[in-house]
Amino acid sequence: MRMWFVCRFCCPAAQSNSNPEWEAKVLEYFKGQLKEKESHSWVPSLNDVPLHYLKPNSLVKFRCLVQDMFDPEFYMGVYETVDPSTKANVLRCGKYKDVTECGVDLNSRNTVTAERQTFYCVPIPGESPWAKEISFLSAARVVPSTSYVPSRQKRIAAGCDTTHGNGDSKRQETEAPSSQTTAPSDTSSHLDLNFPLPGERGPACLVKVYEGLDSFKLNDTLEIYGILSVNPVLTVLGEEKDPSLLLLDPTESMETPEEQRAHDPPASLVPRLHMLYARPLQHNNPLLPSDPTEDQSAFVSSFLVEMASVRAELLAYLTHVLLGDGLAAEYLLLHLISNVYTRRDVLPLGKFTLNLSGCPLNSYTERLYQIIQQLVPCSYRLSMSLHTMNSMRLVPKKDYVANRLVSGALQLARNTSLFLDETQLEQGQLDSSGVRNITALGNLISWQKVDYDFSYHQMEFPCNINVLVTSEGRSLLPSDCQVPLQPQVTPPNMEEYLTTIHMAQFTSQINKFRVYLSLARTLDYSISDEVTKAVEDDFVDMRKDDPQSVTAEDLHRMLVVARLLSLSLGQTTLSRDGWMRAKHIDMLRRSRTEQQKSLNGNEP
Amino acid sequence: QYVTWAKLPAIQDLYNRGSEEGPLNCQRLQSPKSDFSLTASTPKTAEQLIKCEVDMSSPLMYGTPSSRVEGTPRSGVRGTPARQRPDLGSIRKAPQVDLHSEPPSADGAVASEQAVGQKLVIWGTDVNVGTCKEKFQRFLQRFIDPTSNEDENAGLDLNEPLYMQKLEEISVVGEPVLNVNCGHVQSFDADLYRQLISYPQEVIPTFDMAVNELFFERFPDSILEHQIQVRPYNALKTRNMRSLNPEDIDQMITISGMVIRTSQLIPEMQEAFFQCQVCAFSTRVEVDRGRIAEPAVCRNCNTTHSLALIHNRSVFSDKQMIKVQESPDDMPAGQTPHTTIVYAHNDLVDKVQPGDRINITGIYRAVPMRENPRQSNVKSVYKTHIDVIHFRKTDEKRLHGLDEDSDQKLFTEERVQTLKELASKPDVYDRLSSALAPSIYEHEDIKKGILLQLFGGTRKDFSQTGRGNFRAEVNILLCGDPGTSKSQLLQYVFNLVPRGQYTSGKGSSAVGLTAYVMKDPETKQLVLQTGALVLSDNGICCIDEFDKMSDSTRSVLHEVMEQQTLSIAKAGIICQLNARTSVLAAANPVESQWNPKKTTIENIQLPHTLLSRFDLIFLMLDPQDEAYDRRLAHHLVALYYQSEEQIEEEFLDMAVLKDYIAYARTYINPRLNEEASQALIEAYVDMRKIGSGRGMVSAYPRQLESLIRLAEAHAKVRFSDKVETIDVEEAKRLHREALKQSATDPRTGFVDISILTTGMSATARKRKEEVVQALKKMIQSKGKTPAMKYQQLFDDLRGQSEAAITKDMFEEALRALADEDYLTVTGKTVRLL
Repeated sequence: MRMWFVCRFCCPAAQSNSNPEWEAKVLEYFKGQLKEKESHSWVPSLNDVPLHYLKPNSLVKFRCLVQDMFDPEFYMGVYETVDPSTKANVLRCGKYKDVTECGVDLNSRNTVTAERQTFYCVPIPGESPWAKEISFLSAARVVPSTSYVPSRQKRIAAGCDTTHGNGDSKRQETEAPSSQTTAPSDTSSHLDLNFPLPGERGPACLVKVYEGLDSFKLNDTLEIYGILSVNPVLTVLGEEKDPSLLLLDPTESMETPEEQRAHDPPASLVPRLHMLYARPLQHNNPLLPSDPTEDQSAFVSSFLVEMASVRAELLAYLTHVLLGDGLAAEYLLLHLISNVYTRRDVLPLGKFTLNLSGCPLNSYTERLYQIIQQLVPCSYRLSMSLHTMNSMRLVPKKDYVANRLVSGALQLARNTSLFLDETQLEQGQLDSSGVRNITALGNLISWQKVDYDFSYHQMEFPCNINVLVTSEGRSLLPSDCQVPLQPQVTPPNMEEYLTTIHMAQFTSQINKFRVYLSLARTLDYSISDEVTKAVEDDFVDMRKDDPQSVTAEDLHRMLVVARLLSLSLGQTTLSRDGWMRAKHIDMLRRSRTEQQKSLNGNEP
Repeated sequence: QYVTWAKLPAIQDLYNRGSEEGPLNCQRLQSPKSDFSLTASTPKTAEQLIKCEVDMSSPLMYGTPSSRVEGTPRSGVRGTPARQRPDLGSIRKAPQVDLHSEPPSADGAVASEQAVGQKLVIWGTDVNVGTCKEKFQRFLQRFIDPTSNEDENAGLDLNEPLYMQKLEEISVVGEPVLNVNCGHVQSFDADLYRQLISYPQEVIPTFDMAVNELFFERFPDSILEHQIQVRPYNALKTRNMRSLNPEDIDQMITISGMVIRTSQLIPEMQEAFFQCQVCAFSTRVEVDRGRIAEPAVCRNCNTTHSLALIHNRSVFSDKQMIKVQESPDDMPAGQTPHTTIVYAHNDLVDKVQPGDRINITGIYRAVPMRENPRQSNVKSVYKTHIDVIHFRKTDEKRLHGLDEDSDQKLFTEERVQTLKELASKPDVYDRLSSALAPSIYEHEDIKKGILLQLFGGTRKDFSQTGRGNFRAEVNILLCGDPGTSKSQLLQYVFNLVPRGQYTSGKGSSAVGLTAYVMKDPETKQLVLQTGALVLSDNGICCIDEFDKMSDSTRSVLHEVMEQQTLSIAKAGIICQLNARTSVLAAANPVESQWNPKKTTIENIQLPHTLLSRFDLIFLMLDPQDEAYDRRLAHHLVALYYQSEEQIEEEFLDMAVLKDYIAYARTYINPRLNEEASQALIEAYVDMRKIGSGRGMVSAYPRQLESLIRLAEAHAKVRFSDKVETIDVEEAKRLHREALKQSATDPRTGFVDISILTTGMSATARKRKEEVVQALKKMIQSKGKTPAMKYQQLFDDLRGQSEAAITKDMFEEALRALADEDYLTVTGKTVRLL
């Protein structure tokens, strides 16, 4: 099997000599192999296969988000060992490895120091169960062992067993985010794996990166191919060291126990992955071809034909879900395919934050989220109760003691659907962290950026997150567009009603919706000069009639709506009709909000 | 682990007590020649304990004997104790040279090459001690830098050898440290510089030796605490932490960064003192690479395992671990900052605090991870750190306030050329202002105002005459309707300037803006945490929703916006911090929408004291004009479909703009010329006149100052060293434009936005004129009635006119007639004059 090749490969190549060319050849070879069709399927994935079923030093892949970037480290690229019995010196290679072999001669002149960087990677936060399942099913056939039963609990339990006797872990436990309210009881790990979202599972990984360090950015989603390393030597923690020795030894005192735990966690829990090749992921929808190659464009063009019909079906489905409100369904659909496609100085273009007001209480929003979760590959529901707003950490913060970036719920992959449930908010006092959290959400919506807290300064990280706010009245957060929900039906049992709607859809149908939503946002879009002119004229006319009510903001919004509307129909240019339609539905929406306003105004 | 150490205060106690019996510890003579005996001074502090140590790895110990004899000519050097330099690597004894294990090679080299003379080099390098020393002495004696503008050199005669003056300073002040700028060394002797960078561990002790010889030759009678140590700085090798790579190991580097953590003091054992429990025989063992080889057998009585470590007679040196993070400006977007561990030794301990921005010069080290005796294989990773030789706070200059902090930004020749070319263009002002926030439509004057704010005025110092510093920063308030992209402008500025802060009035408290005192949970020490205003010192503090800010919060701005300092008296800490920040604030009018029936003052509704501190107050109003709408629509649509290349082009502009501003701020300091002064005086007198009108922001001497600032900033835009009349004209225009004074009716104080858009105002004026004429005619037709009832007159006019006449129009007409001195209105009666 090819997996074996890797194990054999690394040692002999190193032993022969340190020819720099071989390194390039290795990468070339693997890249070539992985380009072949079907090649992705024979490499087992860390996401799907439990760690203890994978062979150490074999080739694995990992679909993940870069959560933190550690400092670069110097390692022995080539080193010399002395055989104690024969006294013979042997040159060895340290690349793609964590641990050296016995008897390193530290004073050897042949030692070559090289540089690599470590990324802390976590599975893509908020990945929907269906996406995981599909990718799991497609990968299951490569697992050679038939005895393996897919049980996620098992994996976690196995991980826990190995973290034995960690003396200082108490301190760590208190640091673990208390907000993990939804965390299942069986995952009470001693180690905080630093997942952005509470209740997440799956392996975190320390990825050693050798090439192209500058091309990676924080929060990138990657599919990494690399060599798995789970050497138990890496698990050694500070406890067994002699304290008196530490006093005298400066090199040992550099790290605090917290830092050691964050940077050198037990390999059985956080395996090391030596990267050979990484592919940036445009999306994590397993139903779509992931490579932007010709077979994708073929896929796109074949799907474009169906687009309009799928759109109609999806719209009907969403209308049912939104209790018969067709307009709200239309807006929800546009929201789901929105995407920040570019930025003009500070202004993100293409974002479309939707505020769905007038939502019925009592678990309707929760059900709505479940339905959206079924449609998009990545999502997260943030219940904005007073308690969560005050206690939860939304913005990632640098912990200088442990020297790592402590994650927060807003550290999300691109195109994640963030569902803010404001119906959960009640009256009460927001404390300072609550105010900070609300400000962070406001910044996210307005500027599509999150200011990470580096305590001495803040650092801005641009993001691309679809934010949907459900609320009773108008939301306290800013939004691009507010739609008051006008239910046409009032089912006596909401739960039942929604479940029946959901059950009525076939999986194949749902899969079509999923493909549709992911695909629509990748399409290109342009506006012709002629339509530009028409739009300008229109705007001037509207201003003439009523300069107070039509502002630049409105034009911004209508241009986004027009864009999304065209894309949702599979049209890549704006037509006059498209513009008129956009204007029309915006008018409908506005009249609805105004109605709402006057209604509220009449109330005492 | 220093944490562990902190738990053992007893040992520290011993260590301190050890100092009282200091002389006992220092009896050992370092070399048979007794060059470094300790007879001259009596050590009093713990620090001094280590004086008797000489770094065995330094070339002092294995240079040719003759050169050393020559090197210590008279009593001076001998009388002053040498001081160990742990920064040069006593932790790791020179990896190449081991004096004890390889004597044949070293001695052989000495013996054979003495004949050849100059060929002798230190093992593993190409450094010849004698030549190196000579070169450095020559450098010290001859180097002159007439163009020096470093603040260290203030008060020195620039035409005399620089470092000889510094030596003189040392003899007077008695601080035995000589800081040497590597840039100077490089310009004087490139080869010496190369050696210094490549082999600092060998070269710096040689420099020390050279300096001491020279010094004691000159000042044989001066008494120093210890021998002079050379501290080179500003090694040009590396500026950025990110570019450190394995090739830099064991070389001298300079990096910049921000201190994020400092450890407590770590007493590092340099020499262990063992005493035999049986015969009280004592022996000393040097720490070698962090290890102490405990003698197993007593040499005196041959008892095995009888030696015990005596802590308080062992020799320690101070050490501190400092973590430095790269400064945010150096980082590529989307990545996290790197950190580096730095060790400070002896007197460099506690020189820096977390939050300081510093330049560090030191030796880059990589240490293999320790082998665990119980494990056969080790991690293949090195630990890296920097042993500091020299700290330089980059923000230290602010204390002296000598010149604008330029963040050490370096411009290449070509860059300067492009910038100057750009500056020579006649429309540079317009070009720059349009490059500012291109996604925001129009508001040209506001952009110009912000541009001038970015440049700032010239810093003036009047402290001799008791006036203190003049504010050079320009403060701007944007006030206007919601949705006029105020926040967007603020965001843009915040992103453009290196030291910008963005806060929202709603979310910030006085404490968050200024500074607060916090108790460190670990040390129970009070720590001053700085807020947004202090953090944006020399930058711009953007405050959104200024009107939503509570009054108490706003009141802290008074001091910042004029005196540019922040006084804090809290929890026993009383201090004054510099906050030389420009404030860019955005506020909505009182009724959230601009009320055209109210005056500017009534609409803004901020305390007068605060308003007068803003140099420019811009009103951002929706002009409601068709042509404007069309241009706006075009702009917005273009925004949505512009191609990638055009966007790329824009980014280039932003980089140029950044450099342009940085360059002008650093190098251009315009001064007023005679004509400009006259123009300013006239302008001020004019402003006083207008200001006396109703409801206006009246002019104070502060406004004169802001005019000067704006004029200076405009001169800076032109890269001109003189403020000329055109600068004053532009300053005047902006100041007037800002408040839409051209659109304000001087009688009513209302802002009539329609006047600004030509088409509308013409008709409005015509209409007004018609009403006035009609009214006048009607009054004339009434004959000789000296007084009329107001209401009756209004009704008559309404009855007479074809078009509907509102009360406003009537009042306006009355006022116009009153202007002509045709009538006066008193209460409800109208009198003819």
